[in-house]
Amino acid sequence: MLSRTASALYWLGRYLERADFIARLVEATVRLDALSARPAGEAAWVSALTVSYTDEGFAATGLATNQANVARYLTLDATNPGSIVSCLEKARNNARAVRTALTRESWTAINRAWWLFQNRASTGGATQTLSLVEQVKGETRGFEGAIHRMMRNEATLLIQLGAAVERADNTARLVDVKYHLLLPAGESVGGVVDRDQWTTILQTVSAVTAYRWLYSEGLQPANVIDLLISRFELPRSLAACVEETVGLLSQLAKRTGLQGEADRMARTRMARMQKTKTQDVIVSGLHEYLEAFIEENAMLDAAIARQFRFI
Amino acid sequence: MGSDGAFDEIWGEGGPDAPRSEFAALAQWVADTPASELQRRQQSAEAAFRQLGITFAVYGDSDAAERIIPFDIVPRVFLQREWEKLSEGLVQRVEAINAFLEDIYGERRILAEGIIPPELIYNNEQFRPEVAGIRPPHGVWAHICGIDLVRTGPDEFFVLEDNARTPSGVSYMLENREAMIRLCPELFRDFHVAPVDSYPDMLLATMRSVAPGNNPKPMCVVLTPGHFNSAYYEHSFLADSMGVELVEAADLVVDDDIVWVQTIAGRVKVDVIYRRIDDEYLDPLTFRPDSLLGVPGLIAAYRAGNVALINAPGNGIADDKAIYSYMPEIVRFYSGGEAKLPNVETFRCREPDALRYVLDHLPELVVKLVDGSGGYGMLVGPTASKGQIEDFRAALIAEPHRYIAQPTLALSTVPTLTDNGLAPRHVDFRPFVLTGSDGVRVVPGGLTRVALREGSLVVNSSQGGGTKDSFVLMDANGGAMQSQFAAQFQSQRQGG
Repeated sequence: MLSRTASALYWLGRYLERADFIARLVEATVRLDALSARPAGEAAWVSALTVSYTDEGFAATGLATNQANVARYLTLDATNPGSIVSCLEKARNNARAVRTALTRESWTAINRAWWLFQNRASTGGATQTLSLVEQVKGETRGFEGAIHRMMRNEATLLIQLGAAVERADNTARLVDVKYHLLLPAGESVGGVVDRDQWTTILQTVSAVTAYRWLYSEGLQPANVIDLLISRFELPRSLAACVEETVGLLSQLAKRTGLQGEADRMARTRMARMQKTKTQDVIVSGLHEYLEAFIEENAMLDAAIARQFRFI
Repeated sequence: MGSDGAFDEIWGEGGPDAPRSEFAALAQWVADTPASELQRRQQSAEAAFRQLGITFAVYGDSDAAERIIPFDIVPRVFLQREWEKLSEGLVQRVEAINAFLEDIYGERRILAEGIIPPELIYNNEQFRPEVAGIRPPHGVWAHICGIDLVRTGPDEFFVLEDNARTPSGVSYMLENREAMIRLCPELFRDFHVAPVDSYPDMLLATMRSVAPGNNPKPMCVVLTPGHFNSAYYEHSFLADSMGVELVEAADLVVDDDIVWVQTIAGRVKVDVIYRRIDDEYLDPLTFRPDSLLGVPGLIAAYRAGNVALINAPGNGIADDKAIYSYMPEIVRFYSGGEAKLPNVETFRCREPDALRYVLDHLPELVVKLVDGSGGYGMLVGPTASKGQIEDFRAALIAEPHRYIAQPTLALSTVPTLTDNGLAPRHVDFRPFVLTGSDGVRVVPGGLTRVALREGSLVVNSSQGGGTKDSFVLMDANGGAMQSQFAAQFQSQRQGG
C-alpha cells in the first residue's frame, strides 16, 4: 500500500469519527439546553465549545453564546476547522484521494454525508438541528457498516485505527471538561444541573442504557467516570479504545510485517490501564490523568505515522 | 427528421414515424415508453452519478466546483457492419499515428520526402525535442487514442480530431452502460448489445504488454495530478477497475534511473505508468522547472528504457490540429493505402490561398485555434455574431498560422429527452483504441457526446454538453467480433 494512501485512510477514519462525535455533542447539548429546568442553556453551549476545542475560535467571531450561534458554528461553519462540515470536507478529500482503496458503499456514505451540508446556510431551530445531526450519525453509522463489508485488509484496519485513536481522544476530552464544568451560581454538586450534565455525557456517548445495566445505583459521577475510563464493555470508553488500538496494530503487523514503537506504546498503555482503579484516578487527580492520556494519545498518533511511513 | 434537416441516427431521414428499418424496434421502444417514465429513469441515473461522485470540475467556476455531466437515456446505435467498417478505419488511423510518431522522433523520413513541411514540426509547440531519439518500450507511442468522429449520413463518417495524449471519457462509456442496464433492462433483452466492460482488462493487458524487460508481473500504476483535477473520477475509476495503484507524483521517486513508488513497506519498482498528467508537468528536470506536479528524473528513467509511459511524451505533435490536415497524407505514407476514415475538409490558414478562402467565407465556417481544446478559442460561423466574426477576422490576419477552418457539417442527430419530450440533438462520438506490443484493440462502443441545446453543434462537456450510451448491435453470430479484431491486426503491426 502507498504511504500516502495509508495516511489518507487513517485520517479519513479520524475525521469521520470526529464529525460523528461533534454531531453527538450538538445533539446532547440541544437536549441539555431544552430539558434543563434552569437557565443552564448558555453553560451547556460553552461546554460544547470547550469539549471540541473550538471555544477560542468561537470567541473570535464575537457572536453571543446561544444555541443558534453555537450550533451553527459547530455544524455548518466552514471557517471552524472543528465543525462537522469541515471534518466531512477533510474526510471526503481523503476518501477521494484513496477512492480505489474503498468500496462504493463506503465512499457513497461519506459523499452522502458531505452532500447534506452543501448549500446549507442555517441549521434552523432545535428540531432541524437535531434532524441534521441525526442524519450525520446515520451516515457515519452507514460508513462503519460499509467498512465491515470491505475486505479485511490494511485499508480497513487503518481506517479503524484512525477512528479508535480519535475516539479515545474525544472521550478523554469529554470527561475532562465535564468534570471541570462550572455549575451556575447557586447550583450544588449533585443538584439538578449537575445531574443533567452527567446525563448529557452519557447521551453523547450513547451510554445511558449501558450505565443502567452496569451500575445498579442511580446516577453517580464516580460511576460515570468509571464507565467512561475503565469499562471495556463500553465501545467508547478509554479502555475499549485502547484495547481496540492494540488489536488493530497487531492485525496490521500480521498483514504488513510492520511492527514497532507504536505497538509497544499501545501495549504498555493497555497494561497500565488494566491495573488502574477509577477511585485512585479520582483521588490523585482526574484532570491530570486525562491530560496525560490525551498527550500520550498524540504521541501514539505520531508513532503510527512513523511506523507506516505516512507522507 | 433531425434538426436542421440533419441525418438522424435512429429516425433516419423520415422522422419519428418512419425510423431507419434496422432500428424500428428501438424507435418502438422510444415511442412506447412515456416521456415521464424516461424522465424519471434519467433523473434516477443522474442521482446515482452524483452519489457516486461521477463529477467533473469546471475550471474558473467556483460556485459549481463539481458538476455531473448530463446523461441522456436514449442510446445512439451502431449496426455491426457499420461498426466493423469504423473499426478498420480506426485501426488503420491509429497505426499510422504510431508510425508517424516513431518516424518524427527518429529518422524523419516523412520530412525528408517532403510530405510535411518541416517548419510545421519544428515550430510546433507540441513537438518535444526532449524526447527525440528515445524509442519507447516495444515501439508503442499512442497506447490509448480517442478518435473524435462525426457523422453526416448513413455512410458518411469523418474524423474531427485525434486525441493521442490523454484522452478522457472512457469512464462515462462504462458508467453510462451500467446505468442503462439498471434502468432499461428491457433494451438488453430485446437487442444484442456488444459489451464494453472488457475495457479495463484490455487496458491492463495493453499496459502489461509494453512493460520493459521480461518481468512477468510488471508493476503498473495510474498517475493522476490529484483529486482536484477535473478528470479525477476517471483516474480513480480506471485504477480501481484494473486493480492497480492510483499514484500522485509525490508517491514516486527516481533513483539511479529507476522509478520507485513509496509504500508502507518501503520502495517498490514501477514498470508501467499510465500518466494522466500533461507532458510539460511530467518532469521538472526536463520540462517546466516551476511545476510541482512532476517527478524529477522521470524522463531520464524513460530514456534509459526502465519505465513505459502511457501515452508516450511528445504525442501532442500527432493530434495537433495543424498536423490533422495532413492525416490523409500521413496514412497514405505509412500504410500505403488510402485512409478508410476521411478527414473533415480542412483549410490551413497558414497557406495564403486557404486563408483568402476562409476570410471570404467566415460565416459558413468553423475556425479553430490549432492548439485549442475543450471548445475554447473557436468560431462557429453560422451562429456567431457580426462582432465575433470581425474579431476572428482580425485574429486570422494577425496570426494565420495559429488557425484552421472547416466547413460547418450537418452533424447527425439522435432523439434526446428535452423538457418538451423527445427532440433531435446533434452528437459526436469518441471510440477508444488501444495499442499494445501485441496488437490494436477497439472496444465496441465509445462515448457519445450530445449538444443539449437545440441546433447547437458544441458537444463539449465544459460547454454544457451531455453524454449518451453508445450501443453496438451485434448480429446473431457477432459475439467474437472483438477478439477477431485483435487477432486480425496483430499480424499487421510493425516493430515490437
